[in-house]
Amino acid sequence: MTARTLFDKVWDEHVVHRLSEGPVLLYVDLHLVHEVTSPQAFDGLRRAGRRVRRPDLTLATVDHNVPTTDRLRPIDDPIAAKQLEALSTNTRVFGIELFDLDSPNQGIVHVIGPELGATQPGMVIVCGDSHTSTHGAFGALAFGIGTSEVEHVLATQCLVMSKPKTLEAHWTGRLVPGVTAKDMILDLIGRIGTGGATGHVIEYTGEPIRELSMEQRMTICNMSIEAGARAGMIAPDETTFKYLQGRPRSPAAGAWNAAVQHWRELHSDPGATYDARVAIDAATVAPQVTWGTSPGMVTSIKGRVPDPKQFETEAERSAAKRALEYMGLKAGIPLEGLPIERVFLGSCTNGRIGDLRAAARVVRGRSVAPTVRAMVVPGSMRVKAAAEREGLDKVFTDAGFEWRNAGCSMCLGMNADVLRSGERCASTSNRNFEGRQGKGGRTHLMSPEMAAAAAIAGCLVDVRGWNLADLPESAELDLAS
Amino acid sequence: MTPFVSHTGRVAGLPRENVDTDQIIPKQFLKGLARTGLGPALFYDWRYLSDGQPNPEFELNRPAVAGASILVAGANFGCGSSREHAAWALADAGFRTVLAPSFADIFFANCCQNGMLPVCLAEHEVKELFRRLAGATVERPYVLTVDLPAQRVHDEAGFTAKFTIDPYRREMLLQGLDEIGRTLREEPRIAAFERRRAIGIPARA
Repeated sequence: MTARTLFDKVWDEHVVHRLSEGPVLLYVDLHLVHEVTSPQAFDGLRRAGRRVRRPDLTLATVDHNVPTTDRLRPIDDPIAAKQLEALSTNTRVFGIELFDLDSPNQGIVHVIGPELGATQPGMVIVCGDSHTSTHGAFGALAFGIGTSEVEHVLATQCLVMSKPKTLEAHWTGRLVPGVTAKDMILDLIGRIGTGGATGHVIEYTGEPIRELSMEQRMTICNMSIEAGARAGMIAPDETTFKYLQGRPRSPAAGAWNAAVQHWRELHSDPGATYDARVAIDAATVAPQVTWGTSPGMVTSIKGRVPDPKQFETEAERSAAKRALEYMGLKAGIPLEGLPIERVFLGSCTNGRIGDLRAAARVVRGRSVAPTVRAMVVPGSMRVKAAAEREGLDKVFTDAGFEWRNAGCSMCLGMNADVLRSGERCASTSNRNFEGRQGKGGRTHLMSPEMAAAAAIAGCLVDVRGWNLADLPESAELDLAS
Repeated sequence: MTPFVSHTGRVAGLPRENVDTDQIIPKQFLKGLARTGLGPALFYDWRYLSDGQPNPEFELNRPAVAGASILVAGANFGCGSSREHAAWALADAGFRTVLAPSFADIFFANCCQNGMLPVCLAEHEVKELFRRLAGATVERPYVLTVDLPAQRVHDEAGFTAKFTIDPYRREMLLQGLDEIGRTLREEPRIAAFERRRAIGIPARA
């Protein structure tokens, strides 16, 4: 039998039928739904008199649009409220489970899938959101789709898809302390560019990947789309199984062993080949900060804002020039020391409990600079509850951070959490596009540790060498359990 | 879905790379419940000044490209968010086809789902189209024909370029087929697949 990659194995297991023109009907195990990209899909079903084929394999929550302030007050934005109401109605009519604003399970769709154990190795998972690639951290094939495809999956539980190519991103060596999964993925995007993996599924391999926690692996897979990849995958291992065991939607005790036995087969065979390959020495990766308006416009915190003239092509030169104008930056200035006004800790990239713990170790016993407004938006209400059990909320609020309810929040600024024009933000999110966090807002992407340090320092700063506080005792207990 | 066969129309150009879907349609326009009516929001933050007046600097506001139905753009067009609103906004603003050296995967699929043809051309061909478009005036707009059956783009002044597209997408676009209706015809196969593997526990090879 020919050697197959992890991707090949998951793909092959889900081919329902090969169409005569080439693509396949691919079966979907888990369809995640949220309020922004689904109303038109449900409307399409209704108009065509179609049903949802497998409501039991479909899970909905509200995240993009929701306020992160007091949940007891009515929602100020009437248009957003209408969209949330539409999801509530649609899920009721079509028989789909919904974690609504009042649910303890509500949160960002890519945070709640894994934390509930609904995301499992070997699955095909789709959602009308490009960061669905997050779930690939479990060895699932997970990717974002448009609303027409959402409708297609609702109606048929399948997608018509041509087989993507594969790209192996292989790390060797060891990370330097203070360098995180976020830095690994930003560094990779900087190397291959925002279109570098278009048409491909990335598999992340190598010892530095094996050493990452599940949450750190999710951070890496999450930003696969920022390199243009359809999906990112990491082969499941003991870390994966340990994470999943005992979660509410994980296989029950009686089915657990059989599940793990199957999951153990989900790795690339020796000798399996990829269509492309990138090799990176983890020891060379420094804390990364974006300087421009695309995630590929990134460099080390010790770096300088590049001169547009140094780029090879005219397109790159004009893009860099535009980016510098938008970002209000001059070529050649060092990034370290650049003053910021806002800090955003959260998102499907870095809004998990591990991210909050890492940031809390930087923040504890220190204060947010008086010139900075900083906020923490936990990725889910479960993350929020866990953080509060551990006393992390107190660490953040004592330092001067705002402590919010769960949602996508200022990652995309669909709710009231936005930057004002010209405001500069250290953000743990995934996109620094023009206007992403608010029209005229200037986003610098970085790790939770780096964003926390920026909040304290009032400027971009290298977190390496900072003394890290111990977490509150309650957190240590939780970590040990 | 509206079929796409052959289309002749005025051309507008956006000579920028990595145009993301946040630019094509900013987030404040994603709160609606309909697929239609998004044309006025297309490229909103680039198209209008802060006082709401059209930005005369923006490429698509050039009088010579008014009424364009063909968009030529730089590489990796449509990157970022999966929002199909980007394709809906382009369609609602009158665009039938987008020509670029490369497209982001999800945006490409979203175009095809809406009867809008994404055409991949070589870098030098796109560059040549920008050069020809630069000479367009209100009196003499630049016009192209995008011919899907022939898989060819041409103008009346000697430009011609072939393109490839996967046969499934081609057929869907030419016929304007309802993809869901087509997949539902495979229902017995889907049901058989579900029977073969027990749903609810992990799939077995």
